[in-house]
Amino acid sequence: MNAPNGNGHWRLDTDADGIAWLALDRQGEATNVLSRSVLEELENHLAALAEDRPTGLVFLSAKPNGFLAGADITEFTRIRTEREALELIRRGQDVMTRIASLPFPTLAMIHGFCVGGGLELALACDYRVARDDPSTRLGLPEVRLGIHPGFGGTVRLPPLVGGIQALDLILSGRTLDARRARRIGLVDHAVPERHLRAAARHLILHRPPRHRPDWRGRLSNWAPVRPLVASLSRRRLAARVSARHYPAPYAALDLWRRLADRPAAMMQAEAASVARLVTGESSRNLVRAFFLNERMKGLGKADRFEGRHVHLVGAGVMGGDIAAWCALRGFFVTLQDQSPERIAPALQRAHRLFQRRLRVPRRVQEAMDRLLPDPEAAFVHRADLVIEAIFEDREAKQALYRELEPRMKPEAILATNTSSIPLQELAPALARPERLVGLHFFNPVAKMQLVEIVCGPDTAEETQALARAFTRRIDRLPLPVSSSPGFLVNRVLMPYLLEAVELESEGVPAPAIDRAATDFGMPMGPIELADTVGLDVCLHVARILGEELGTEVPERLQRLVEQGHLGRKSGAGFYHYRKGRPVKPRQRAVTATDLQDRMILRLLNEAVACLREGVVADADLLDGGMIFGTGFAPFRGGPMHYITQRGAEPLRLRLQELTRSYGSRFTPDPGWETLIAGQNRQEEETPGAH
Amino acid sequence: MQSHQQFAGSGRAVYIVDGARTPLLKARGRPGPFRASDLALQAARPLLLRQPFSADELDEVITGCVMSGPDEANISRVIALRLGIGEKVPAFTVQRNCASGMQALDTAARNIALGRSDLVLAGGTEAMSHAPVLLAEPLVHWLADWGRARSPGQRLQALARLRPRHLKPVIGLLLGLTDPVVGLSMGQTAEVLAYRFDIDRETMDRFALRSHQRLARAQDQGHFGAEMTVIYDHAGHWYDHDDGLRRDTTLEKLATLKPVFDRPFGKVTAGNSAQITDGAAFLILASADAVRRYDLPVLGRLLDSQWAGLDPAQMGLGPVHAMAPLLHRHGLDSPDIDYWEINEAFAAQVLACLRAWQNPDYCREQLGLERAFTPIDEDRLNVDGGGVSMGHPVGCSGARIVLHLLQVLRREGGRRGVASLCIGGGQGGAVMVESTGEVA
Repeated sequence: MNAPNGNGHWRLDTDADGIAWLALDRQGEATNVLSRSVLEELENHLAALAEDRPTGLVFLSAKPNGFLAGADITEFTRIRTEREALELIRRGQDVMTRIASLPFPTLAMIHGFCVGGGLELALACDYRVARDDPSTRLGLPEVRLGIHPGFGGTVRLPPLVGGIQALDLILSGRTLDARRARRIGLVDHAVPERHLRAAARHLILHRPPRHRPDWRGRLSNWAPVRPLVASLSRRRLAARVSARHYPAPYAALDLWRRLADRPAAMMQAEAASVARLVTGESSRNLVRAFFLNERMKGLGKADRFEGRHVHLVGAGVMGGDIAAWCALRGFFVTLQDQSPERIAPALQRAHRLFQRRLRVPRRVQEAMDRLLPDPEAAFVHRADLVIEAIFEDREAKQALYRELEPRMKPEAILATNTSSIPLQELAPALARPERLVGLHFFNPVAKMQLVEIVCGPDTAEETQALARAFTRRIDRLPLPVSSSPGFLVNRVLMPYLLEAVELESEGVPAPAIDRAATDFGMPMGPIELADTVGLDVCLHVARILGEELGTEVPERLQRLVEQGHLGRKSGAGFYHYRKGRPVKPRQRAVTATDLQDRMILRLLNEAVACLREGVVADADLLDGGMIFGTGFAPFRGGPMHYITQRGAEPLRLRLQELTRSYGSRFTPDPGWETLIAGQNRQEEETPGAH
Repeated sequence: MQSHQQFAGSGRAVYIVDGARTPLLKARGRPGPFRASDLALQAARPLLLRQPFSADELDEVITGCVMSGPDEANISRVIALRLGIGEKVPAFTVQRNCASGMQALDTAARNIALGRSDLVLAGGTEAMSHAPVLLAEPLVHWLADWGRARSPGQRLQALARLRPRHLKPVIGLLLGLTDPVVGLSMGQTAEVLAYRFDIDRETMDRFALRSHQRLARAQDQGHFGAEMTVIYDHAGHWYDHDDGLRRDTTLEKLATLKPVFDRPFGKVTAGNSAQITDGAAFLILASADAVRRYDLPVLGRLLDSQWAGLDPAQMGLGPVHAMAPLLHRHGLDSPDIDYWEINEAFAAQVLACLRAWQNPDYCREQLGLERAFTPIDEDRLNVDGGGVSMGHPVGCSGARIVLHLLQVLRREGGRRGVASLCIGGGQGGAVMVESTGEVA
């Protein structure tokens, strides 16, 4: 019954029908992953089972949260060389191949997440059944870590679901729920918990033919058609990510196009390709981003925040969208603004969000039922958390706080979504300033994962912890920042945006400026970003930061706002907008010198200043904040990491050069000294590192 | 003295703590933005949230509704669960046609009087614009045959039997507004009363005009602020007033409308009938114990109720048949009642009630009373308009008029009020309330 000679990650039971049920219950961890020891033990089990010849073999998980989360990502970081990587991958592939060649029916009984290597194990089985509930997610998200499936996933998925569906899953990295997985044939049955075992048993005992894709799926796998499908996919892929920054999906696409009908060769090529990718720069940095994400998740314990009711004041774009997001994540939300006409559009946006996210009308209705307009602020007294998201005006906010505070529950927290007003300027309006904290969301709320947790000098430790916990309850990433002007993200971003505006007023065409930034790996160019955020908002933040940090506000920005060109929302800003999209005139090749450096180095310089001032606790959190708050090129690992990689010394030299050419705004921050000293020290300690 | 505080002369006293309703939204020929449970939710959710007790402390939820959607079986339970009241609070739906909302209040009051409940959410909701459109029965038979047809030949045969008349839809609302026993539409029963009491077209139109004028004045003076909640749909619209009001209506305009029920010689028109409307109204009823336990504000007391049956063809006189024994039992005459709400199903029907009420022959022969009542002072009847101007969502109206009556009594400093409705199928319902701010 017990593992032949393992350390007890797997548990084997054989039932009266002779079916072997092999349950993974990784020792000492809450989540199942394919670590080295899990794989080793599995090899032993498979060897024994091949001898025992059970009626069939069912893989399942004893963990409540899911089936199998894939490879152990911490092991990635220990891989040094491509050869080492190749060895590890071949070993995983071999295990999967052994499962696939067992002489009796095999099945994966899936609940919760079944992703990456977990799904590849399931793909090696003859059948798959999945529990039909919201927690079940299946997919191959490897591309998000800069690699592609390496345990035979790229080989086994296309013949099962067809080339088109397989490429969609592998290239996008998106996950499917059980029903969608059933629809494309990824699983044979999607059934509720109560039928899961019956479904598994039925398949094992009756041994129906394995699933095959429909004619379209088979056609797309056919050699003469593949180049066409591949070139279409490639074009769609190119619209999203560049091959230089994100080589992994391109490599996966290439594998399929060349080798989809030669499984053995494809398996070899898959291993070689992943070994190459996993040791590459892009993957290393994406893995780094993954761990930053994990670390930030750990900053808040979701269950520490026990409240159910959030009251939002201000139904504008930010306030309304925060309200909708909280309702989507299960909170009961009351939404206050001065009049119904301000609230109604927020409800409409919420409904659209719920439809997009939840799809099932009954669940959309549930979410809408949790979102209650409250123009008279009648329900503040019931709220566990009050979030203020009104316009940026100190007096108005103070007046509101004076009104709200006496009506709030004594244990409730008051949070402000201010993006520019330090908490210490708002706190005097409160009898109990220790309950005031900043929850700075980013626009669009439903997309931007980061929430800056702004702590003023009065903010109590308990309040901060609850704010972080709340942020996790709504599935966002908390980043504790000090209450200094612009906090972290806006402050670091602003010099970069202003430099872009400066370049534009010098005559560099806007598309060329944006192009330079996206070439660096920013998700959107700074000019388009300014238009998207709204030029009035940019101007406001720029002014406030300018006052505090002594930077100049470009005249061009002021003039555009005066003319009523506020960006995307008004139909014109730097660009003109048609149906919400910027019209970018075709441009001749522009060769403006220092284009990229002028923007990026100002950003880096500000990041260094923030770190020196202690706006965030450490360099990693700064990187995490910029990646998840602005989309700062994740394959570059964040601004501080980028500085480390390019070297602090040469970057400072470059800043000094720029200062000479363009003025004092490029003056290197004193913080560079510390960085350079730190890097030198490290190099002395670890000779050989670059 | 003790008996004076009791409900219906026995049992515990019943208090009305608070209430809220949606604006009444005129049906505009297609399903409106809200289903019946949506309306109920929009009225009851803020009502519950502003109470000092938590919703799961309710003993039950009782909802009146005539035509809930096919996906809203036992709509009261649907509403209770969507409100988040909790799975442990039971809920049931009552149906007495046009008085369903009043039936809900009466049932709640009786359970409180009996000591079975202390705290009840009760009211009514109706989305008349969502009344189902049905398949004609021949088509249902044809569909059954089609389902059985397997071979192409059989299918062809089945197709050949399909006739255009099969496709004519059945309008559920029209069926619902037709008496299934005597076969008259509700409008025709109003024509019967107009004929019997000799009410001419102009008198009806004058009544209708006055209803609109009163509603306009009440809106302008903000008289609905205390009872109405603003409601929001999913498309960025909001609704904050009863939108059936026609401020521009005149006697001349009303005179141009054609009769809709008895063509071409009838007198009842769309202009002097209640509008087809969507809306919901909910109240919280409590025992004295509950009022004290949660320190609840008190809007008034529910004193007594009465139901009565009569000839379905003259259902519009229902209020007379229900109000007469109610007043008689308490030894009261019209001047003892400060304000009245008699639901305006049709102008002719309310006018007929007023005439029957003061008619010695009618009171003697039909009600067995020795003499007629003193005429009801029309300045104290439906002072802020009624069904003709704001509409009559059948399940909701009974609760709405009780809630509004209490608001009127409070505003005008009146003490006692009577609310009553006529009920399709030949019934009448009435309740008597008293405005009071505290528990005696």
